[in-house]
Amino acid sequence: MNAMDTMEKLRILTDAAKYDVACTSSGVDRMGTRGQLGSAAAAGICHSFASDGRCISLLKVLMSNACTYDCSYCLNRRTNETERATFRPRELADLTIQFYRRNYIEGLFLSSAVVGTPDYTCELMLSVLHILRREYRFGGYIHVKAIPGADERLIRELGLLADRMSVNIELPSNESLKRLAPQKTKESILAPMTQIRNSIMENKSELVQYRHAPQFVPGGQSTQMIIGATPETDRSILRLTEGLYKKYALKRVFYSAYMPLVEDRNLPALDTAPPLLREHRLYQADWLLRFYGFTAEEILDDAHPDFNPLLDPKCNWAVNHPEVFPVEVNRAPYELLLRVPGIGVTSARRILRARRETKLDFDGLKKLGVVLKRASYFITCQGKMNCRIKTDDPAVLMGILRDRGLPQGGFQPEMPEQLSLFQPTREDGVKCLTGQL
Amino acid sequence: MSDRSTVVYYYDGSYDGFLCCVFESFSEKEQPAAIYDMYAADQLSLFGAKMIETTPALALRVRDSIPNKMGLEAQDLLEKAFLTCLRDKELCMLRFMRLGYKVGRGICSRMTEPAVDTLLKAVKHLEREAHLYLGFVRFSECGGVLISEIEPKNNVLPVIAPHFLNRFSGEDFMIFDRTNKVALMYKDGEHVFVHADRIELPPESPEEKEYRAMWRTFYDTIGIEGRRNESCRRTHMPKRYWRQMTEVKHLI
Repeated sequence: MNAMDTMEKLRILTDAAKYDVACTSSGVDRMGTRGQLGSAAAAGICHSFASDGRCISLLKVLMSNACTYDCSYCLNRRTNETERATFRPRELADLTIQFYRRNYIEGLFLSSAVVGTPDYTCELMLSVLHILRREYRFGGYIHVKAIPGADERLIRELGLLADRMSVNIELPSNESLKRLAPQKTKESILAPMTQIRNSIMENKSELVQYRHAPQFVPGGQSTQMIIGATPETDRSILRLTEGLYKKYALKRVFYSAYMPLVEDRNLPALDTAPPLLREHRLYQADWLLRFYGFTAEEILDDAHPDFNPLLDPKCNWAVNHPEVFPVEVNRAPYELLLRVPGIGVTSARRILRARRETKLDFDGLKKLGVVLKRASYFITCQGKMNCRIKTDDPAVLMGILRDRGLPQGGFQPEMPEQLSLFQPTREDGVKCLTGQL
Repeated sequence: MSDRSTVVYYYDGSYDGFLCCVFESFSEKEQPAAIYDMYAADQLSLFGAKMIETTPALALRVRDSIPNKMGLEAQDLLEKAFLTCLRDKELCMLRFMRLGYKVGRGICSRMTEPAVDTLLKAVKHLEREAHLYLGFVRFSECGGVLISEIEPKNNVLPVIAPHFLNRFSGEDFMIFDRTNKVALMYKDGEHVFVHADRIELPPESPEEKEYRAMWRTFYDTIGIEGRRNESCRRTHMPKRYWRQMTEVKHLI
């Protein structure tokens, strides 16, 4: 097999994998072994950023794009005319090692279309992982997709060699799944997810008993779903997310704004812009669920089933709960500080620490990294407030705090410009597409 | 201590040398107007210049006093601050230490004090740059050795070295820092930092060219055209890093 061939496969199978969202290499801390290649850092390392601003951390490719299924939203569906390719296991393992040695990547992200049967596909992927881990003693990061419908034994073997596993739940509801991916069902997707969760839990108790028991996906499992292809509300997506975190103990849920690639009467038209702002809002809310102690019900309720396009979810909650504010930064507990717009996890911790030594004033807060542009409407420092407007009127605050410089493809609000008291900032538009997925 | 500072210290640029400047400042009860690395300084001073000799015994006394009086966190902060590109970093560090000897172990919690804030920000800048370099370093294979060149603002090499030594312990490699003219060399399980003005790279092998081409193909394919966002890419990967990066250097 000559190199031109590998190059061609790499192009085709990267192209087919690029809509997969997750590229994180986080969650595992593993020191290198002397004389062997590779280690893993818990914080994750980005090795490059693509032209769309997304982080490139792993060599993200499909094992194969020659799919037996025919899901209407998918580029690799059987009836779509596209170039097909399949890596040989050793070819892919060698490529991974050579890229890794040159510090291009943090490891491998391996997914695949279903070649023949789910079991056969799994075995192909398994042999790549085998060569990497057992033969080359590769210590870098490996994220592998579980193929729904594959034998439990194969999934378990994959999990013992990988750092993270994921199962795509594809679409946010069973009805949508029936309509767009008739060969997949909620049950067939949730079954491997359940198995992975159970194996992780069993493995934890094994590790307590035997320190050297083999580790099962130490980086946990994640999932992703397409948004904007089907009619679910933001609230139902967020509640689904919350359920996934609680029931399946997922490490991450990823969202991918639907990018129309195939013509189908069940799908949005080809010229529909991807709902990037909506995706951004979902990630913001996801952060609130995981790090800020919010519940899905607090962020969106029956009266407000969709995100406010003008305000990020945290600001939105704050302006609608004037009874909580203002908060005295020199006394407020951590949980309450986290509710203040402009105070994040890092600055809240720094406030707790700094106020043990000194009394905090607004100048000090700025040094600690608090964004006063947002926070000053919600806090007092030693009893004093730093703004002259009425802060208990949601409408007034909303006008001041609203997101400016909305991103491409986002909702373009028709708001009279004179409402804004500040110059627009570009920051929010940029933030919308951060690669930190 | 007199308020008017009329003296400028020159030292040899080493951390021990700096600690001796601290000793001098305290024992003479004087505040220098500036502390310069005698090999790097290009300013002529109007003030009286004082050459501070590096005396290991004195340096050790100051070195030991830091964890004792201000805690390990302060020690770490000072050692890292010395690697930053902060302007007048020696004076800033001296200012921090004056405060540290006074207030003791709480020093690192006083994040709102200008003396502490300045160092924290500078070290954050260093650490952020070092973290980016963990990903952005690009090796080329030349005759079995992996070679890389970086051009950082701060002296990041000592910070990133443990990571690469650990990860590539089975390889022979070298990272050359063009800004600070230092190279980290690792061969047969032993590593060493050496001073070097520049390095000559042998021409790349056909195999090396092939992997570079494949990496560029991967990079060009993985971006989604419908979501192209140049400013986001530059925010996360500022252009000054691109010169050494295989996949983007032709785009500058």
